[in-house]
Amino acid sequence: MFKNVYNWIDERLDVTPIWRDVADHEVPEHVNPAHHFSAFVYCFGGLTFFITVIQILSGMFLTMYYVPDIINAYASVEYLQTKVAFGQIVRGMHHWGASLVIVMMFLHTMRVFFTGSYKAPREMNWVVGMLIFFIMLGLGLTGYLLPWDNKAYFATKVTLEIANSVPWLGPIIKEFLQGGTIVGAETLTRFFALHVFFLPAVLLILLVGHFIMIRRQGISGPL
Amino acid sequence: MSNQNEHHEPSHKPPGRKEMSRRQFLTYTLGGATAYMAAGAVLPMVRFAVDPILHKKGEGEFIKVVEESKITDEPQEFSFELKQQDGWYASTATLTAWIRKDEQGKIYALSPICKHLGCTVGWNNDKSFPDEYHCPCHGARYTKEGKNLAVAPKPLDTYKLKIENGWVYLGGVEPNTEVK
Repeated sequence: MFKNVYNWIDERLDVTPIWRDVADHEVPEHVNPAHHFSAFVYCFGGLTFFITVIQILSGMFLTMYYVPDIINAYASVEYLQTKVAFGQIVRGMHHWGASLVIVMMFLHTMRVFFTGSYKAPREMNWVVGMLIFFIMLGLGLTGYLLPWDNKAYFATKVTLEIANSVPWLGPIIKEFLQGGTIVGAETLTRFFALHVFFLPAVLLILLVGHFIMIRRQGISGPL
Repeated sequence: MSNQNEHHEPSHKPPGRKEMSRRQFLTYTLGGATAYMAAGAVLPMVRFAVDPILHKKGEGEFIKVVEESKITDEPQEFSFELKQQDGWYASTATLTAWIRKDEQGKIYALSPICKHLGCTVGWNNDKSFPDEYHCPCHGARYTKEGKNLAVAPKPLDTYKLKIENGWVYLGGVEPNTEVK
């Protein structure tokens, strides 16, 4: 059945070369855990991406219930967490996945560092990877405020004070992120916008760059 | 991964039995495992998303509206407050009903929601059609009993009604069964 549908489309649009180009590529022996088990360290990048996909999916579903508003935010989170079927699971995925992304990304960075994979000709991909790292931290930071509980509120106060300590620009950055002079209604909507629109958009663009470069340049050679 | 496997394939297969090729087996296994894992991640989210349709609808409780003695032959508008819980948001909605008693003294309450496209009808509010319910949006008209005369495809809905200790209580809205 699937095959017939696929063939029907393929006859007309010739889609096979497109996905072949994406999916069909050699996995060198030194990165294949079936050959050397220690090669599992090469999986962390893929795992980071996998969890990122889960984050995007679960985040999309969470916005079906969440409202970025200081009066209703906490109540809506509490509602989806305690009253909606599988709410605990879906929010749990997003909550724990957020930490796991950072862990996996850190391990991936360590692997790249200790195998020297950042060296020429892959310096640009290292830089893009670093940008992804900071975007991920930004996503973690902005997402942390959204439940609008005490922990979120004070964590954000602290981070904004840290932003404030940037030489010269600090107060401007702080007020921009805060959307005013206090952590309040405008901070929450701002963080929400950054968390679900701006940062993910930048993240996806960077990820595409990251992947195109790794396909162009191939995985770095064995140690 | 599958490239090396082709070396191990026997050069000629024994005749008769149709065997699944190793490639096919691996495709099914990997596809099945992938589908299982994807379902594990996606199904909770789908259940999460469809939760509102699967919620038990609250049986409309009866609300005390007006003393029975105040009901006349002429329809009168009464409003009453319905406490509603909308997700995390609790509010009171003000509903209205047109209540009258018919010639046999039977009391009934009509919902003012027009059955055409949901605007709110009023009693006797159009000079050219006296003693009718009239909807200002598209000119739908109904009789005293709520029977649709023009525009609207169905008669006005009625409220579930009960009378206790001389008070009229209204419940949920249901389709009008009194008029055709």
